[in-house]
Amino acid sequence: MSYTGWIIITGILVGVTCGINGSLLVLRKTAMLADAISHTVLLGIVGAFFITQTLHGIPMLIGAAVVGLLTAYLVETLNQKGVQKDASIGVIFTSLFALAVVLLSFIGSQVHLDTEHALMGEIAFVPWNRFILHGIDLGPKAVWMLSAVLLISLTVIILFYKQIKISTFDHHYAILIGIPVGFIHYLLMTLVSLSTVASFNSVGAILVVAMLIVPGATAYLLSDRFINVILLSGLIGGLSAILGYWSAVQLNVSIAGAMATTTGLFFMLAFLFHREGLVIKYFRHRLRSQ
Amino acid sequence: MNALEITNIKVNYHKQTVLKNVSFNVPEGSLTGIVGPNGAGKSTLIKAVLELIPKRSGTVKVYDQALRQQKHLIGYVPQRSEVDWDFPTNARDVVLMGRYRKIGFFKRAKKRDIEIADQCLDKVGMLDFATRQISQLSGGQQQRVFLARALAQDASIYFMDEPFSGVDAATEKAIIHLMKEWKSEGKTVLVVHHDLQTVEEYFDRVLLLNKEPIQYGETQTVFTMDNLERTYGGKISFLERATVLT
Repeated sequence: MSYTGWIIITGILVGVTCGINGSLLVLRKTAMLADAISHTVLLGIVGAFFITQTLHGIPMLIGAAVVGLLTAYLVETLNQKGVQKDASIGVIFTSLFALAVVLLSFIGSQVHLDTEHALMGEIAFVPWNRFILHGIDLGPKAVWMLSAVLLISLTVIILFYKQIKISTFDHHYAILIGIPVGFIHYLLMTLVSLSTVASFNSVGAILVVAMLIVPGATAYLLSDRFINVILLSGLIGGLSAILGYWSAVQLNVSIAGAMATTTGLFFMLAFLFHREGLVIKYFRHRLRSQ
Repeated sequence: MNALEITNIKVNYHKQTVLKNVSFNVPEGSLTGIVGPNGAGKSTLIKAVLELIPKRSGTVKVYDQALRQQKHLIGYVPQRSEVDWDFPTNARDVVLMGRYRKIGFFKRAKKRDIEIADQCLDKVGMLDFATRQISQLSGGQQQRVFLARALAQDASIYFMDEPFSGVDAATEKAIIHLMKEWKSEGKTVLVVHHDLQTVEEYFDRVLLLNKEPIQYGETQTVFTMDNLERTYGGKISFLERATVLT
């Protein structure tokens, strides 16, 4: 496949994976926790590098899952000990991320892993980092990693759909009827960590937050069914990737930046034009007063 | 026979004791009101009893067995403000959550479950709103959806947290009707309640609570001005005093 084709496929996979998982975070009102995890997973990546001395997919995924869960757990623990929720997110998020940045400087220039790359990513380099097995070129590594994470996410969401839905809507009721709410929470945090790491090379830690949260927030405005919010969010993520790539080429700007900006445009349109949106309200008001 | 035996419940919140020494037995088929001032720990008590929040100590027995084995007998109607009513779902879906245990963890709702959900909605006068998004419902209608969910659970002991707060007259009637029906079926109902004027009318037993039980027993004997003043620490309003005494 062509260079452009791989970039678009990678972008779509990032958009759909982050969109699906992110919509659940928006519905659970834990979007800020996603922001935290998207940064602290860097510690997992650096940690995995120190242990294995390579930047291979699987150790990175494991490292990220571990640190992602650790982040969620520490935030929860501080919160239970009486620290405000947003303050505990702020404390854990920054300290783990800072630790990762410090460790990063020890790595030096031996591998392509630095702060700027971690923060911003570069989807244009993705097609060159190939997955070669027994001499056969199987395409970019990122595509494999993202596909695996998307598959895991879909499996988890399909298997635990009811549990996720009930525990998101009514936490206490879910406990009463025997849903393992803690397990579900950490399961979803694992999915967020995995999505983040898989998207890291492409869009980096900052823009991945946009890909996680904005499509979900947009879909939330537009749909009144739980399943539709998830699907629509994935769709918006995917579309943003395609439109973002196209506009980046037209305007000669950063691809990841354009993708994230496109999610923002989608959100703005939804915000103005959804059923209770400002524009619709304005016209409804005018119609009524005529 | 006692439906519920609660012994020595204590709840701490950030090292501060918010509830202590709570012990009482609830006979089967009774309607019990849990009454006390704001911050008395009424909701906390229900949540601790149902193990929705951690407690420092205490045991709960349901029909002589540990709660853990008997959770299928428990129905729960949380305070309306506790859930996100903007959540993307409709009334029927919320009621179907009440069938969750019967449907099974990984199975989908069958036609029969949907029929039952609709019957429950019908019973509280909400069948016409089955496919309505829950944010489009009024406060009273939302409360009735919660009642329908409790009905769908087909429990033996119902806990309701302030079901009467902020509802319209029709919903209030629906709740009272349902409580009486449950009682006639031998079911046990506990309700967190804060409207002193209606306590005598609605409940045959009362637990007066202010961080610890002040008095518990049959409404006629327990619901006296004296006990209320002890519970509310003299903070009972003139108006409430007048209505209770008449």
